[in-house]
Amino acid sequence: MGRFWSLLFLLVPVLGVGSFAWAVADIWPMRNHWLPEDISVHGVVIDSLFNFIMYLTGVIFIATGLALFLFLWKYDAARNTKPVSFVHGNHVLEIVWSVLPAAILLFIALYQMEPWSASKLVRPTSPGGDIIPPIAEVTGRQFEWRIRYAGEDGQIGTPDDLFTVNDLHVPKDEPIVLAIKSRDVLHSFFLPNLRVKQDVVPGMKQYVWFTATKNGAYDIVCAELCGWGHYKMKGRITVQDREDYDRWFEQQQAEQNLTELASR
Amino acid sequence: MSSHEQSIDHASGGSFWDFVSTYVFSRDHKIIGIQFLFSTLLWFVVGGLLALGIRWQLAWPWSDMPVIGRMLFSGEGGQISPEFYTMLFTMHATVMIFFVIIPILAGAFGNFLIPLMIGADDMAFPTLNMLSYWFMWPAFICIGSSFFSPGNGAASGWTSYPPLSAVPEAAPGSHQAQTLWLLGVTFVGVSSMMGSVNYLTTIIQMRAPGMTMFRLPLTIWAMFITAVLQAFALPVLTAAGFMQLFDRILGTGFFLPEGLVVNNSLPASGGGQPLLWQHLFWFYSHPAVYIMILPAMGMVSDILACFSRKPIFGYKPMVYSISGIAGLGFIVWGHHMFLSGMNPVLGMTFMVATMLIALPSAVKVFNWLGTLWGGNIQFTTPMLFAISFVSMFIIGGLSGIFMAATPVDIFIHDTYFIVAHFHYVLFAGTAMAVFGAIYFWFPKMFGRMMNENWGKLHFFLTFIFLNGTFYTMHILGAVGFPRRLADPYHYETFRHLMPMNQFMTICAICMVASQIIFAVNFISSIFVGKKVGRNPWGANTLEWSAPSPPGHGNFDFQPIVYRGPYEYGSPEVDTDFYPQIQPPPAQKGTDLAPAT
Repeated sequence: MGRFWSLLFLLVPVLGVGSFAWAVADIWPMRNHWLPEDISVHGVVIDSLFNFIMYLTGVIFIATGLALFLFLWKYDAARNTKPVSFVHGNHVLEIVWSVLPAAILLFIALYQMEPWSASKLVRPTSPGGDIIPPIAEVTGRQFEWRIRYAGEDGQIGTPDDLFTVNDLHVPKDEPIVLAIKSRDVLHSFFLPNLRVKQDVVPGMKQYVWFTATKNGAYDIVCAELCGWGHYKMKGRITVQDREDYDRWFEQQQAEQNLTELASR
Repeated sequence: MSSHEQSIDHASGGSFWDFVSTYVFSRDHKIIGIQFLFSTLLWFVVGGLLALGIRWQLAWPWSDMPVIGRMLFSGEGGQISPEFYTMLFTMHATVMIFFVIIPILAGAFGNFLIPLMIGADDMAFPTLNMLSYWFMWPAFICIGSSFFSPGNGAASGWTSYPPLSAVPEAAPGSHQAQTLWLLGVTFVGVSSMMGSVNYLTTIIQMRAPGMTMFRLPLTIWAMFITAVLQAFALPVLTAAGFMQLFDRILGTGFFLPEGLVVNNSLPASGGGQPLLWQHLFWFYSHPAVYIMILPAMGMVSDILACFSRKPIFGYKPMVYSISGIAGLGFIVWGHHMFLSGMNPVLGMTFMVATMLIALPSAVKVFNWLGTLWGGNIQFTTPMLFAISFVSMFIIGGLSGIFMAATPVDIFIHDTYFIVAHFHYVLFAGTAMAVFGAIYFWFPKMFGRMMNENWGKLHFFLTFIFLNGTFYTMHILGAVGFPRRLADPYHYETFRHLMPMNQFMTICAICMVASQIIFAVNFISSIFVGKKVGRNPWGANTLEWSAPSPPGHGNFDFQPIVYRGPYEYGSPEVDTDFYPQIQPPPAQKGTDLAPAT
């Protein structure tokens, strides 16, 4: 039976790596079962870091999995007639397998600093060096995203603001900054295709930024439990060319002015 | 040897009160351990069924649940409602963490093993020990009655993040059910605290002659460090729990900011910070992750050495890495909060600490592999579970590195990737180790063996189906599939993932069904299992020199310890094991040879 159990444990690295490879290769029935299409500039870096860690841990996964299999196969008491090696450890080995992983782990940690600060710390600036103001303010509430665009004056909170619900439009190829906040409980503003996620905390004002590189409509997901209707707190983000965006904006503003006039 | 109170629980008379004081309000650590074991196994069933509810909804959303759907949700026509779904994952995690994993490790095995493995006749404080079990009952009652409160149970996640949890209007489960949840968790904390004080005192004060700290089995080292973690981390959770109770009941505003408008109602208080709760909660709950794995690691080490018939590889590095995990465990809580709105600069320091905590875990894995190398491996049921712990812990450990990397975490935070990660550590890791430990120490607890063939079938099916259920979660996570959504399929990005979820649910149902084999084996073996002597596995540690099951006071001789716990295959003796109590050959006959 020792052989059987050894082979069972060999299945772990074989099927583990195999199923990941299957998903990465995008073959039926696992089409689109891996990182969704990335349409942002910084997402390329995040995806490459994901892959880097995957390959690195993959090597360790395979090596330790094979060692486990080999030892189980070879030292099965039913077949192994040799007496056991009466050893209590090995000083050199302990040092090697402490220092080596420590170096690798520290390297991974330091390697992440730059993209992390680019995504969360350093707000993008215009060519002139000024901090780019938010194009819109996204407010989470149970269970919708309320969006308030800065009007002509570029200021949020003035009478010419444009209001939408769950419908965010942004121009392509421009650094976009969004102010996000919550008026009730925690939410999390998650754009899977743009590799953006930030918890939204009531009482705090936070910013997210990204540059979208491809036109289309994508999901806005709430990724932090916000109550019974958490699952349906869905929005859409539409990336479009600057002209199309401006046209959409003017159209929306005209419609809004009309309804405001009508309600007066 | 330190002097201590003699256990006075003797079942002599046979009257009703003797029975009650022996088997119900017992002060004997073995009975208390078995009480913990039975209670936690019953809650394991509850937690498992809650998990099946989650899996049902994710595979066949809004469809009638067969048979039990009609009974549970007559109002909704047999469907799970979204608020019921939020309750399901909240209570699944709560039950599994607070009522199963923590009490089964520290409560059941800690209690049963510590005095036996160090050669003591009982715990240092037997009455306190009894109370630590009976303080679980108010917790059982609170959480149990939470299910029957409005909202059918707390529903703001096991993390209970305010304002969702603290403002009653925020969710159906945030009324009375949440108050009961907080009280329940507080009682579990009181119980754990009593246990940890007792374990620390017992291990420091009551070791048998010759049992130095570096002759302790790794199980005891792990229990010792776990008790330290509990003693230092628990007060913070208890304090945080009371602060949230005050926010809810007395109108304080620890966690509620100004100007909150929840569900069109205006909470009176303000001026607080929701992030404060997260810091306090994770300051306990991250060390708690190690409370939930270190004892399992210790028990696996003992089982691996015993069935490799070979000393554990690197005993001292193992002890140091347990301590290293515990030490670093206190400065990594922020990695749960990379995206919480916490200062991103702080995220960087937490990332470095988190990366480094992978190191002692890696050292442990290498030493386990070193233990198997050159041994004579016996594939018994406990051994299979112990090997699977190593194999599965490698997956759980490596997947943690993804989340520790802050930029990668931006994408996979709160997705099924993290769900995969902690199920590999807590189910495929700890729960499998616990199964192994039950098969291993069952003969000592009840004097009979569990059936090995059924045990191996139980292992095989559980191992296959757990990987079918949990490994696939990594792939969902890579797509960004978020956790805690009652219906993820109305998002375009995740619509096509339903077939994979159905596969996972089928695996999960089979996995839960496989546990019936275990339940039948466990219960029947108590009555009809093969009777065994003191040392059925040929193991070295002290508990195997006591009778099976040990009577009150544990040892029928004074144990004296001559060596470390892992001298298997020693050339000094003819047998392939060399118990800690066996005098060295040269001294044989001169010493008081213990009866074996």
